[in-house]
Amino acid sequence: MEILKSASAGTIESSDAYVEIEPKEGALDIQIESVVKEQFGEEIKAAVKDVLDENGVKNASVRVVDRGALECVIRARVETAILRGKGEE
Amino acid sequence: MNKLVNSIREAISLSGLKDGMTVSFHHHLRNGDYVLNMVMDEIANMGIKDLTVNASSLFDTHMPLVGHIKNGVVTTVMTDYIAAGLGREFSRGIMKNPIQFRTHGGRPADIALGKTPIDVAFIAAPASDSMGNCSGKYGKSACGSLGYAYADAMHAKKVVVITDNLVSYPLEDWSISEDYVDFVVTVDAVGDPKGIVSGTTKITRDPVGLVMAQNAAKVIEASGLLKDGFSFQTGAGGASLAAAKFLKDIMLRKGIQGSFGLGGITGYMVDMLRSGCFQKLMDVQCFDLGAVESIRTDSRHQEISAMHYASPAAKSAVVDSLDVVILGATEIDTDFNVNVHTDSNGYIMGGSGGHSDTAAGSKLSMIIAPMFRARLPIVTDRVNCISTPGKDIDVLVTQGGIAVNPKNIELKNNLIAAGLNVVDIHDLKEKTERITGKPHRLPKGDKIVAEVIGHDLSIQDYIYNVKGE
Amino acid sequence: MRRSMLFLPGNNPNMLINASCLGADAVIFDLEDAVSPAEKDAARILVRNTMRYMDLCGCEVIVRINSVDTTYWKKDLDTILPEKPDLILLPKTGAADDALIADEYMSQLEEKLGLEKNSVGLMPLIETALGVENSYAIASSCDRVKALFLGAEDLTADLQCKRTKEGREIEYARTRLVVASRAAGVDVYDTPFTDVNDDEGIYADASLAKSLGFTGKASISPRHIDAINSVFSPTEAEVEYAYEVMDAIRLAKEMGKGAIALRGKMIDAPIVARAERTIAMAQALGMDRREDK
Repeated sequence: MEILKSASAGTIESSDAYVEIEPKEGALDIQIESVVKEQFGEEIKAAVKDVLDENGVKNASVRVVDRGALECVIRARVETAILRGKGEE
Repeated sequence: MNKLVNSIREAISLSGLKDGMTVSFHHHLRNGDYVLNMVMDEIANMGIKDLTVNASSLFDTHMPLVGHIKNGVVTTVMTDYIAAGLGREFSRGIMKNPIQFRTHGGRPADIALGKTPIDVAFIAAPASDSMGNCSGKYGKSACGSLGYAYADAMHAKKVVVITDNLVSYPLEDWSISEDYVDFVVTVDAVGDPKGIVSGTTKITRDPVGLVMAQNAAKVIEASGLLKDGFSFQTGAGGASLAAAKFLKDIMLRKGIQGSFGLGGITGYMVDMLRSGCFQKLMDVQCFDLGAVESIRTDSRHQEISAMHYASPAAKSAVVDSLDVVILGATEIDTDFNVNVHTDSNGYIMGGSGGHSDTAAGSKLSMIIAPMFRARLPIVTDRVNCISTPGKDIDVLVTQGGIAVNPKNIELKNNLIAAGLNVVDIHDLKEKTERITGKPHRLPKGDKIVAEVIGHDLSIQDYIYNVKGE
Repeated sequence: MRRSMLFLPGNNPNMLINASCLGADAVIFDLEDAVSPAEKDAARILVRNTMRYMDLCGCEVIVRINSVDTTYWKKDLDTILPEKPDLILLPKTGAADDALIADEYMSQLEEKLGLEKNSVGLMPLIETALGVENSYAIASSCDRVKALFLGAEDLTADLQCKRTKEGREIEYARTRLVVASRAAGVDVYDTPFTDVNDDEGIYADASLAKSLGFTGKASISPRHIDAINSVFSPTEAEVEYAYEVMDAIRLAKEMGKGAIALRGKMIDAPIVARAERTIAMAQALGMDRREDK
């Protein structure tokens, strides 16, 4: 099932991440802003992609504003945004 | 004799300041300071160039300095600390000559030894009389101690006192005396009281900070040093203050009478004095209103100069009699070297201040820091910049374990016997990286932007520019 | 061993990721009062991920789900149960039926997930007048119930009285819950002490709870954990006495004696049971037997 509406999850507090997701025709676009982009940029992108794949999201635009969140937190925020975007919550 | 002059410009002119000379400033007005900018703007207006600025610390309020550097008014900077906003500018490599970072003890030592002579010292004074007897304890811009200004006053060729509170001669209870002072200038305000001292400093409510603070107090209790005559210094950070609070509880419960509290002084240290934990406070700098009020009214609360505090060139300094110091870190490596100069991306955001001096002098130097900040582990293989060498650090306290420097076997045994969670620093690093992941290391820039001079007055590391953006 | 339990808000990453470092024997990830209705989904996923990905270093995990009269509680359990928490804290449990409703759904989930039945325990939170009066029925409602938990904030609101530091208003509820839990053979945990800045008060309040028979005590601040742990740990004298009891029992068995006295007092089964509990706890805490004997 695909993203039906724009949705967000998380906060911009330290150790958290804020995720926005919206429908996008025929593409998966991931944008990452992070205070630790130099140190963990690739890992963050891979984790976001992983969660999108797990949830079968192929057509969406995703923006992550990371404030030094651990990977399990980023994953949780992305998953929450997806569920909200699918209208499941 | 009349030392009163009409303006900063007149004082500069009378001081004989010329191209290539050195001017100096103290940082007791911290981020509220107006004086450095007023003086440097005037110097720039007068067309004087190629100056060295020797300031005991630089704050973000001093951002106009960047313009003076770009215009060639300032070509060398010597300091003990640079705040993050200004540090970011320096890290871009805006200066041809590297910044010289010293410690709070090393700065007056090199001034006294003649290695860093000062031509004109500009001393912001919250109270002064017409002859230059001056103090930080009185007036609307009161900052308490003037500890960092003494070396400048005593060794500069010309000394200009700048005050917004001219009192009738003689000022009682002066800190710096008229025999060092050439000129006195009055201005409307030397600083913004809001930026000079904080109101009341509160201990942290952050659970991790509290756990670290409790651990820190337990380490001190178990160290064997906590007995009558105990002496102590701590920083003004939330966790450090909380540690002082827990330490105070232990001292009162056990009826331990310490000798002195040292350092930058906060209201918490004043509380410890008043409740009988210490006989004296030795104060090189006041951090909050409670400390300023205390140094003004309580004779047990004594102002000391930076030389007396920490100078390696002094015959003795208070840090050499210090039992325990609690310090911070942005990074610490597996050899216990500590970085307090640069952030995780390599930008300048601090400086040693008294870190290296107290670490070198004290019997027990403790770093208190969380296992990671914003996903970045505190323990690394090698710090970006060695601010304080590992040989001077005894123990690292985190929320996830206490790592003791192998050089201090006795401490390690004491902590284990007390049932504390002692871990090897390599294990702590691995444990943290299991939580955060292993960060990619950033490449160093190709240009040296700062030299870091240690407590022993030798260069111990370099800071490089940060590329990109 | 569960002397202290620390509440942590379920949607606060900074708190959750440090859960194991805060000194508590157990942490309570809170999906109920600490989470606003709009964030229930986010908190549930965040707590699940914390349990799934973080090494909690042997710290027990309890999750406070939403009460069975809400629309959230089943989804809470759906999300959390696969991560095998030690206990589920069930708020606003007023009657045995509330516990049984949760028990039935948890059993279904356990079967679906291939978990052993009752592998996740249930701890009803007693925070209403009705719950206090029904406490024995709740404690003995099913095998899944491992402990009762007193929640004094909501209870005093329900009782229409003021919550005080001294706690006279909850005396009855405390003793009633201890009696009910012990009668049902389960543990019982005391309500948090809510003044986080009162370092002496927490000692007094925890000591009172221990003296009444509580197994341990919850907290809303890590600052209280040390005090709770020390109050609910056996003293060296208690540990020594427990070893003496066990020595005397062994001696009596060897000599074929049925009954035996220690320090002028007959040792009976409850004393032995207590000694065994004390020794187990002392060993878990790494308290060695005194050598000077």
